[in-house]
Amino acid sequence: MPNWFSKWLENQKHTRAFHPSWILLVVATTIIIAGIVWIPAALVSKAEYDRLPSAALPASEKTSAPTGEIPAAVEQPGFPAPTGPKTIRVDFSPPDVGDLPSGEFGEAVRLGRNIFNDTQTYARAYVGNGLNCVNCHLDEGRKANSAPLWAAYVMFPAYREKNSRVNSYEDRLTGCFRFSMNGKVPPPGSKELIALMSYSYWLSKGAPVGVELAGRGYPKLAEPQQPPDAARGKKVFEANCAICHGADGQGTQVSGRYAFPPLWGKDSFNAGAGMTQVHNAAAFIRANMPLGQGNTLTEQEAWDVAKYMNSHGRPVDPRLVKS
Amino acid sequence: MRTKAFNPPCLLPHSALKGLKGGLPAWIALIAWVGLGSGAVHADRLAGAALAQQGGPGMTACVACHGARGEGQAAAGFPRLAGQPKAYLLKQLQEFANGTRKNPQMEPIARALSAQQRGDVADHYASLPGWKAGAKAAASSPQSLAGSSLATRGNWNKEIPACFACHGPDGAGILPHFPALSGQPSAYTRAQLKAWQAGTRSNDPQGLMKAVADRMTDAEIDAVSLYLEHPSFSGRRE
Ligand code: HEC
Ligand code: HEC
Ligand code: HEC
Ligand code: HEC
Repeated sequence: MPNWFSKWLENQKHTRAFHPSWILLVVATTIIIAGIVWIPAALVSKAEYDRLPSAALPASEKTSAPTGEIPAAVEQPGFPAPTGPKTIRVDFSPPDVGDLPSGEFGEAVRLGRNIFNDTQTYARAYVGNGLNCVNCHLDEGRKANSAPLWAAYVMFPAYREKNSRVNSYEDRLTGCFRFSMNGKVPPPGSKELIALMSYSYWLSKGAPVGVELAGRGYPKLAEPQQPPDAARGKKVFEANCAICHGADGQGTQVSGRYAFPPLWGKDSFNAGAGMTQVHNAAAFIRANMPLGQGNTLTEQEAWDVAKYMNSHGRPVDPRLVKS
Repeated sequence: MRTKAFNPPCLLPHSALKGLKGGLPAWIALIAWVGLGSGAVHADRLAGAALAQQGGPGMTACVACHGARGEGQAAAGFPRLAGQPKAYLLKQLQEFANGTRKNPQMEPIARALSAQQRGDVADHYASLPGWKAGAKAAASSPQSLAGSSLATRGNWNKEIPACFACHGPDGAGILPHFPALSGQPSAYTRAQLKAWQAGTRSNDPQGLMKAVADRMTDAEIDAVSLYLEHPSFSGRRE
């Protein structure tokens, strides 16, 4: 302690002029001064950030990356401020079907595409219901906001709470077989899994790895204003969904195959599937249903009809079956 | 597995089919049903056929415009009716009659039909064989490829689902609400798509078809209409 300070302190004690609230005063003053400096600084940097993407990217030039390093991938202008440094959202479009590769690898990609679109035929042994992968991942697994494969492929390996471990992309594929398709898990390295991996890899050609692409998953909805209600959902279902999925939700068949897939019952996804969580189903429905009329239901309607759909019986969760 | 070929011409009540194993009462019920019910249904369909061939007072015969076998008239753009879902045909006739669907030729005809006759003639046309893919070689001009791509895959960049997602595999329709498109004269298909765009046809359930038509360009309408007149399905699944 410097000499002058102890002398001063001693003096203060002596004259009884010292009071502990001095300390408080000093701390408060420090905070106020720091605030005066920090707040404008923060505002300036935020304004810089907001301006950046749109300034760097005229809307008409959505095809080349600002850095020139990532083909067909561009920062999306006007996207809401990211929540953390790792969630940079990037626009991406998968290659055209006309550009399917040739050779052995091309064969694997084609098989993967066929399995995805027509799982009933091309991976029959691993399917336990009436669905195809494409039923929940529209446009051959390409449609943004319909959990597209190109956005998924670049985000694995990743930790999943569902099984409390780090999952490879192959693991993730098998999850949908087991639950969404109510089926059996194709063995690791099987031609089905290799084909689906090849197809996903090809779709994500040119996408940056480990970056959340715009359009991944089903866009999360805000918490509903009123708790989701199956009785209201029934009305939404009858007015908007029954024409295709049937008044009884059992879908519509043509020559023994589902043209419109079942939403519940024995041929639908099982009770362990992601779609049984009302928030997932509501998000899928709001963005993608009725077919060709995505984003026309109100969010509340989507919550309600999701709740109604998931209030019906379906195949049991295989994790609960004792073997 | 339910295909048209396996359906008896007059649908058997499910309970009757199940009951067949159940012995005498079921057989008596079945014989009574065939004798009374099925006869009556046949009579309706025959009345419908007569109406189609001969017309009625103040009403031109349907065959004059829709062809001898309900195949339509490509040159005039008169639609094929054969093999369309009965519920779909009946709905169209009701809507021509009440003005929900507009057409100067069909409105007076539909109004002249009684409710019973509309049912009969719809039943008749639904029972005729629908369009079948012929031996015609698959065209592969850029336009027909574009048409085929719209029909089988859609254009999701513009939120257009595949036509066949709603109109059935191979465009053969999905009972009871979704009509067949395959084999339909291209002039007719084109006119209907344009009518939805212009708002002059607006009788589709839930606006499902308008949502699609509104997003189509003229070039897409031309391509898909031409393709659907003689679709080929070879390249659908690789
Ligand atoms: C009943 C609907 C349904 C079916 C059928 C289905 N899935 Fe999924 N899939 C989901 C849901 C729900 C999710 C979770 C999406 C999310 O978390 O946003 C998902 C996620 C995925 C993901 C990860 C997406 C990501 O961004 O992390 C992949 C990959 C996937 N599915 C592949 C498949 C494959 C392959 C099949 C067919 C074998 C299939 N799915 C069938 C509903 C389905
Ligand atoms: C015009 C017909 C149509 C309408 C109307 C429609 N759907 Fe669908 N729905 C489909 C088709 C077709 C698919 C499969 C998509 C594919 O394979 O490309 C599907 C898939 C689904 C799926 C995922 C597959 C499954 O079976 O679980 C859900 C869930 C779903 N629809 C819910 C709804 C709900 C809820 C509504 C009403 C708000 C609705 N749909 C309205 C045609 C329709
Ligand atoms: C003078 C010619 C003409 C006659 C006769 C005629 N139609 Fe039509 N019909 C048309 C035209 C033209 C259309 C297409 C209307 C449009 O463009 O909207 C049509 C459309 C229809 C449609 C709707 C088809 C569809 O795919 O939506 C039905 C059903 C129909 N006619 C039934 C009949 C029946 C039944 C008769 C006999 C009782 C009949 N028509 C007699 C000209 C005729
Ligand atoms: C989301 C479902 C859906 C999709 C996708 C769809 N349609 Fe339709 N379409 C309908 C419905 C429903 C009707 C019946 C309208 C009615 O009942 O009057 C219809 C009727 C039609 C008709 C009139 C048929 C007739 O006989 O009068 C044409 C033509 C047509 N659609 C063409 C197309 C084409 C071409 C495409 C693809 C670009 C397409 N549709 C995609 C739902 C759909």
